[in-house]
Amino acid sequence: MTNHWIDLKNSDCILIMGSNAAANHPISMKWVTKAKENGGKVISVDPRFTQTSAIADFYTALRSGTDIAFLGGMIKYILDNKKYHEDYVVNYTNASFIVGDKYDFSDGLFSGYDPKKRAYDKSLWSFKVDSKGIPEKDAKLANPRSVLQLLKKHYSRYTPEKVSEITGTPVEDLKTAYEMYASTGTKDRAGTIMYAMGWTQHTVGVQNIRAMSIIQLLLGNIGLPGGGVNALRGESNVQGSTDQAILFHIWPGYLKASVASLPTLDEYNKKFTPKVADPLAANWWQNYPKYSVSLLKSFFGDTATKENGFGYSWLPKLDDGQNCSWLNLFDSMYDGKIKGFFAWGQNPACSGANSNKVRKALGKLEWLVNVNIFDNETGSFWKGPGEDPKAIKTEVFMLPCAASVEKEGSIINSGRWNQWRYKACDPPGDAKPDGDIMIELMHEIKELYKKEGGKFPTPILNLKWDYVNDKGEFDAHKMAKELNGYFLADVEVQGQKFKKGDLVPSFAFLQADGTTSSANWLYCNSYTGKGNMMARRNKPDPTGLGLFSEWAWCWPVNRRVLYNRASVDLDGNPWNPKRPLIKWDGKAWVGDVPDGGWPPMSDKEKTKYPFIMKPEGFGYLFGPGLNDGPFPEHYEPLECPVPENAMSKQFINPTVKIFGGEMDKHFTCDPRYPIVGTTYRVTEHWQTGIMTRWQPWLIEAQPQVFVEMSEELAKLRGITNGEMVKVSSARGEVQCVAMVTTRFRPFKLGKLTVHQVGVPWCFGWVTPKEGGESANLLTPTVGDPNTMIPESKAFMVNVEKLKGGA
Amino acid sequence: MNVTRREFLAISGAVGAGLALSSLGIDLGPAKAYADEVRIDKVKSAKQSTTICPYCGVGCGIICYTDTKAGNIINTEGDPDHPINEGSLCAKGSALYQISSNNPDRLKKVLYRAPGSDKWEEKSWDWALAEIAKRVKKTRDQYFIEKNGKGQEVNRVEAIAHIGSAALDNEECWPVQAMMRALGLVYVEHQARI
Repeated sequence: MTNHWIDLKNSDCILIMGSNAAANHPISMKWVTKAKENGGKVISVDPRFTQTSAIADFYTALRSGTDIAFLGGMIKYILDNKKYHEDYVVNYTNASFIVGDKYDFSDGLFSGYDPKKRAYDKSLWSFKVDSKGIPEKDAKLANPRSVLQLLKKHYSRYTPEKVSEITGTPVEDLKTAYEMYASTGTKDRAGTIMYAMGWTQHTVGVQNIRAMSIIQLLLGNIGLPGGGVNALRGESNVQGSTDQAILFHIWPGYLKASVASLPTLDEYNKKFTPKVADPLAANWWQNYPKYSVSLLKSFFGDTATKENGFGYSWLPKLDDGQNCSWLNLFDSMYDGKIKGFFAWGQNPACSGANSNKVRKALGKLEWLVNVNIFDNETGSFWKGPGEDPKAIKTEVFMLPCAASVEKEGSIINSGRWNQWRYKACDPPGDAKPDGDIMIELMHEIKELYKKEGGKFPTPILNLKWDYVNDKGEFDAHKMAKELNGYFLADVEVQGQKFKKGDLVPSFAFLQADGTTSSANWLYCNSYTGKGNMMARRNKPDPTGLGLFSEWAWCWPVNRRVLYNRASVDLDGNPWNPKRPLIKWDGKAWVGDVPDGGWPPMSDKEKTKYPFIMKPEGFGYLFGPGLNDGPFPEHYEPLECPVPENAMSKQFINPTVKIFGGEMDKHFTCDPRYPIVGTTYRVTEHWQTGIMTRWQPWLIEAQPQVFVEMSEELAKLRGITNGEMVKVSSARGEVQCVAMVTTRFRPFKLGKLTVHQVGVPWCFGWVTPKEGGESANLLTPTVGDPNTMIPESKAFMVNVEKLKGGA
Repeated sequence: MNVTRREFLAISGAVGAGLALSSLGIDLGPAKAYADEVRIDKVKSAKQSTTICPYCGVGCGIICYTDTKAGNIINTEGDPDHPINEGSLCAKGSALYQISSNNPDRLKKVLYRAPGSDKWEEKSWDWALAEIAKRVKKTRDQYFIEKNGKGQEVNRVEAIAHIGSAALDNEECWPVQAMMRALGLVYVEHQARI
C-alpha cells in the first residue's frame, strides 16, 4: 500500500476491484465504513456479488480476466471528458514527455516484438532526450508524440460498447462506475483503489495494476490522504518477507540479485546505480552502493573487506535472464533436477497452481524438509490421494516450529507498519521458534564444512551468524538491530559524530565504504539509539488523518503515505486544505515525514520532483520498463471462453512463457471446459487453510469445499443447491458441494452467453477428512510475464453432477 | 467518559459482570458464571501481552492472556487500544486462542519418513539437524556450479530449492534467505510469488 488502512477513511471514492476485502481483510471495512460515513462512495467490481459488494454504493460485474478492458475504458472516459487533474498531470507525471520515434503500437503489439523469443526490445520505447540527456517535454500536452496524446490514442479503442463486449459489464454500468470514480479528479477530492490477488493472479497481472496507476495519476490521487494505490496483502508478513527478499530476483531492500555478467561489486553497483542528467531529479537510487555495501557487511561481517569486494563474489550469481521463480522451480523439480527442498512455513501441495504437478514433483526429490506448526499436504504428500508410499523415495523431515504467539519479533502489515509481537507462551512439546531452527541448522552445516571442507566453503564459513543470546538461543532483538544497521567505525557523517557500535539513525547515514552495516536499508531507522521503534504504542494524531506516527514504525523512515509531496501544489499547500497531510511552512514541511525535505516545486533551484524513486522524478503514465508494454493492453487469459480477442488480433499476452510439459495442459474455447473458473478465499480460512483447518471453531463454521454457481448454470446442468458435483479442468478435478446463488450471473458477451463459477482454495485432504481438496488442482501453470505470478483467477472448467452421489 | 483499557478492566472488574449484563433482560446465569471464571483467571493469575494477528495483512492488535502458573494462553481478544482494529477482530483473529498449545493437533515432535516407508518415526532435534546438514552438504557439493556455459563464475546450487515464508517474523525472514544464499541457492521463493 502506498497509504495505510486507517487512511481509507479519508477517501471520497473507494474502488474495490480484484479484492473481496470484506471477506479477506474484514477489519479494513471499519475504515471503508468510516469513509462512507464521511460522505465517500464505494464501488465494487467483481465477477461475483460478494460481501464487499453488499456494502458498496454501486456494484457491477465483469468476467474474470478482463480488468484492463474495464480500466482502459475508464482512462478513455477521463481523457475524453477532461476529468483529469491538469496541474498534477502536467507537473508530477510524465504526461508531457516526448516519446522516441521508435515507439509504436499496432493491432495488439508494441514495436520491437520478437515472436521467437516471445519478448520485446524495450529500448525502442525510450523517451526523447535533449543534448543534456533530459527528457524533452511539451507542457501544453499537444505534441502528438507526448505521453498524454499517445495515451489518448491508445485508449481511443476502448469504447464503452467494445469494453462491454469483452467484460460483459452493461454499458450503462460502465458509465456509472466511470463517472463516480472520475469525480475524484478535482483537486479537493481523493479516490483510492483496494485490490488483491484478483488483480495479480493473471497473465496481465502487473498491467492490471499499471492501468489503475495511470488512472490514479491522471486523477491526481497518488500521494494524497485517501488516495494511492493499495495492494491488500493477504499474509501478515508478506510485505516483510518480500522486503527481506525471500525471492530469487532480489536482495533485501529491493536490491538486484547479482548476475554472471557482473563479476565485481564495482560493475554491479555501476549497473544498478542510475545516472540522471536533470539536477531536479532526486534519483534516490543514486544511493545504491551505500545500501549494497551495507548489506554485504551484514552478510559477512568483518570478513567483508574493501579488498575482497565486501564478499560480493561469495553470493551466487544467476545467468543473465535466468528466472528461478515459483513455476520454474516446480517445473525443474518435476524434471528431477532439484534433489533437496525446504518448504518452510508453506504448503505448496495446495497453494501452488496446478497442484497435481507440484505433488508429483515432490515425489522426485531425494529429501524434503518441511517446517510447520501443523501436519500438511506437503509434508505428508507421500501418503496423499492416489500415492503409493512404497514407490516414493523422498526422505521427509517434518520439523515442528513455534506459532506467532510463542516467539518474539516483528511483522509488517500491508500499510508498511512494522509492529512488534511479544512471546505469550512456550511452543508445545519439542516445537521450536523458526529462528532457532535456522541458527542451529546453519551452525551444523558450518561445522561440517569446517571439519570436512567441501565445495566453495567461503560464504558458509564467513556468513555472520551471531544472532543469539547468552544461552545460545535466537535473539530477535539482535537481528532487528542488524536489519537497522550499525556504525562499524568511529565516523563523522553529515556533521554528526558516531561511535563504532552505534545504531544508524536512518538510511541517509549509510555509507558505501564499509563503515556501516544494514541488513535492509529500508529498515534503517526501525531500531535506533532511541530504542525499538516498532514496539511504540503512542497515539497522538495531530493531523486528524489517522497517521498515528508514533504507533509502531513504518518504512521508509516512518513515512506513512508514500509520494506525499505530490499531495501539495507547487507552493507546498495541500491540494485539499481540509486534509493537510504535509504543508510547507516557509522553512520546513509540517505533518507526515515528507518524501525528502527539499522545498516545494515553486523553488525552482532547490526543489526536487516528487516521484523520487523514478529516475526522472515523475509518475509514469508511460511505463517503458515492463516486459509486456509501456501501456496496459487487453489480452485474453491463457484459457478463455471466447474464440478471439475483440480488441486485437493478439489473442493472449504475447510475452507469457508457455509451459509445454505433459502436466501443463491448457485448453481454450474447448467444449469440454466451457465455463470460466476462478478461485477465492473465505473469512474463516487462511490461504491453504493449514493454520485454520485444524481449529475446531473455524472448521465448524466453514467445513467443506464448495463451488459457487448461478441459478442459470445450475438449471442448465440439472444441479440442485447442496448436491455433490465435480469441477474439472484440463489438469485436475475437485469434488465440491454445489452452492447455487444469485451472486453469480451469466455474462452477455455480444451474442455469447458465458457462465462463471468459483471454488475456494483453502481445503486439502489432510484435514478435515470430508473437507475436500484444493481448487489449485484446477489452475494452470502460466504466469505474468513480469512477476510470474500464476493465473489462478481465470481459467476454464466444467461442472457436472456427480453420478451416484458423494 | 474517556476510559482507557486498563481503567475499563479495573472498573468492570470492580462492579462485576452482573450489573452490566442484567440490563439485557435475559437470564445470563451460565454466561455470567463463565465470564466471572475467565475474569478471575485474567485478574489473578494471567499475564497480558500484545501480539499482532498472524493471518491477513491488516495487522490487527490482539491481547493474549497467559496463565503464569500453567504457562498456557487462557484467552485472546482484540486490543481496544490498537488504532487499526480498535478491539474488533474477524472470525480468524477471534479464534487465535486455538492456535497455540490449546490445540491438541499441533506438531510436537520431529518426524522422519524414510524412503519408501508408509509411516512417520519420531526423532530428536540433534539427529534431524545433523542428518539434514549432511544431506545439504552432499547435494550441494555434488551439484555445485562454479562456472556457467559461458565460463563465467556463478558459484551457485540449482539442485536445492527453498520456499517460505510470509508467516515468519522479519527477524527470521532475513536469516533464512541469508543462509540459503550463503549455501549458493538461487531457487529461493515464497508466498509473495503466488
